[in-house]
Amino acid sequence: MPAGNRKPRVALFVTCLVDVFRPSVGFAAIKLIEQAGCSVDVPELQTCCGQPAYNSGDRDDAKRIARQVIAAFQGFDYVVAPSGSCAGMIKAHYPALFSDEPETLARAKELSSRTYELISFLTDVMKLESVAARFDGTATYHDSCSGLRELGVKTQPRKLLASVKGLTLTEMRDAEICCGFGGTFAVKYGDISDKIASEKCANIEAAKADALLAGDLGCLLNMAGKLKRLGRKTKTWHVAEILAGMAADGPAIGEPENES
Amino acid sequence: MKPTSHAFKANARAALGDPKLQQAMTNLRAGFVERRALMVSRMPEWEQLRDQAVAIKKHTLAHLDFYLENFERNVVANGGQVHWCRDAAEANATVLSICRSLDAKTVTKGKSMIGEEMAVNDYLEANGITPVETDLGEYIIQIRHEGPSHIIAPAVHLVKEQVAESFRATHTHLDPNRKLDDARQMCDEARGIMRQKFLGADVGITGANFLIAETGSSIIVTNEGNGDLTQTLPRAHIVLASLEKMVPTLEDAATILRLLARSATGQEFSAYTTISTGPRRASDIDGPGQYHVVLLDNGRSALLGTEFEDMLRCIRCAACLNHCPVYEAIGGKSYGWVYPGPMGSVLTPSLLGIEEAGNLPNASTFCGRCESVCPMKIPLPKMMRHWREREFSRHLNPAAARWGILAWAFLATRPGLYRIFSDGAALVLGYFGKARGRFRSLPLAGGWTDFRDMPAPQGQSFHRLYARERRRKERA
Repeated sequence: MPAGNRKPRVALFVTCLVDVFRPSVGFAAIKLIEQAGCSVDVPELQTCCGQPAYNSGDRDDAKRIARQVIAAFQGFDYVVAPSGSCAGMIKAHYPALFSDEPETLARAKELSSRTYELISFLTDVMKLESVAARFDGTATYHDSCSGLRELGVKTQPRKLLASVKGLTLTEMRDAEICCGFGGTFAVKYGDISDKIASEKCANIEAAKADALLAGDLGCLLNMAGKLKRLGRKTKTWHVAEILAGMAADGPAIGEPENES
Repeated sequence: MKPTSHAFKANARAALGDPKLQQAMTNLRAGFVERRALMVSRMPEWEQLRDQAVAIKKHTLAHLDFYLENFERNVVANGGQVHWCRDAAEANATVLSICRSLDAKTVTKGKSMIGEEMAVNDYLEANGITPVETDLGEYIIQIRHEGPSHIIAPAVHLVKEQVAESFRATHTHLDPNRKLDDARQMCDEARGIMRQKFLGADVGITGANFLIAETGSSIIVTNEGNGDLTQTLPRAHIVLASLEKMVPTLEDAATILRLLARSATGQEFSAYTTISTGPRRASDIDGPGQYHVVLLDNGRSALLGTEFEDMLRCIRCAACLNHCPVYEAIGGKSYGWVYPGPMGSVLTPSLLGIEEAGNLPNASTFCGRCESVCPMKIPLPKMMRHWREREFSRHLNPAAARWGILAWAFLATRPGLYRIFSDGAALVLGYFGKARGRFRSLPLAGGWTDFRDMPAPQGQSFHRLYARERRRKERA
């Protein structure tokens, strides 16, 4: 997209969960995007993609937030989010939100056309084939729903994980089935969510992996929270942390500080 | 069937605690999901076929009045009748008056979701006519006096021990010490009982998978052959059908039939596909003397031209149920009415109102698997979201959830203010969660921590750390 030889300018959409819960995912994303040959900016006026409002039926607020995102992310070559869910919101749902407002619709479509989920951006757009990272152990990858079904993220993370030295990928059964998170669903229908999460944890357990990886922090908080409640040893990371070689920088999701 | 959709949460809680139901639900995956996947993998033209089927239904819905009238003309030309019914009450009264005109005592019945929607069995029974379900699953739930839990496998929520128990309790004329351990024995027993009912029935009622405008025919698909015996042997055949079952031609039905069984049961084709065109003709050796189509609207025409019109493409294959993690967790009866799963979560509020069924479109993770397997490409999550929007705009959702979203959105549209809260939350939760790395309980977060731990934040928000790092770089 950029003219001449200058580096593509990427705006990082941090996501609200990464901002509060796991900034290391944001820094891993920056590292990976820079490794892929881009410069990274973090627009200050971002909060959230608006999905909680959108999926709660609060269309007006979803639109307000979407307008804010559209304005904040103007002028960059690409917008990249370490989340299939938030990227899917911008890419697939912003245009739907403004279907009856032609002017904003055009801007939403324009933003949509340059918005990507992190891993698919690295592989599909920047043609990154491998990463320089090491992780000693077996890992299993959960396909988060929005990334998988809205954006077609399936082979991309597996391809990059295959280049991580020391890492063996082992597939769990039903990796494509929802983990039961579903945003506010996890709280509104906690018991149903719990049942779905328990099924997921049984499949993770059966895969006998040291690490559980995925590309969406919402799903990861849910699965890590359930694994810990069940007393499981499996450790959970965002896939970007592994690909950036940052797994050893601090505790995994839901793990105490003094333990590595 | 009295709806209990308003009690969805309590229904679901009971279902989650029911070990027999949970055992029964584990069979769903191998039975339907894996067989469907195999069938689809063998069909390179699957996506084209879906597109064709969608185009057929879209065209039909755009010209539904034309095709409905065309259909009626052809039914009449064949010697049958079409009864236009606005709601379930009119449809039930129509069925009863046909039965009364024939002095009917017993009615056999093939599987019909419209029959469930009308609660026609209860109505006939209350009026002195005995209905007998002839589909095995429907028969099982009929003798157990319960509703269906699945639109093509109504008794899927039961394990075989429960079925054996019900057979023993109902078929008291048989040897109480007979063996009823496996499905085969139970099928044989049901077959023996059913045979008598088929021969003795005065009227046969079936549903319809398709109505064909060009020929005035109705089509049913079954695997047990019960539909054929139900509609051929009695003096009259009544077809219960909702108006969106229409397709223009037999060719169109054939296209959609290629998707139906594969999506539903993972079969290439159902064992029986039966086309009924009018009553018995002079040259026919058998068949019913009368052919009636009870054409039910029951709120469907009101969906035309709205954001829910796509729902009228549904061919009731149940792929969305079979692939729904929520449905699999809680079973169909939790949804509280006739139509469960994703398709029910869109259709039930349309037919019963969002006040009764508001929970249904909310109880979805929006994982999108339903839409991805729907042969008719119905955007089910999108329509569930539309229901949430209607609910939100009418202030019908729970106050706490509503105010929570509004408060959060207030902050999210004020980045400066938002940052104070997000930085603060990260700091406070990070500080208290540091030692264990997670919380077993948190104030106001019981919906989460009752079931799983809440991983603790790392301590500083991303934006704070990023700003600090930038300042450091600028100084350097």
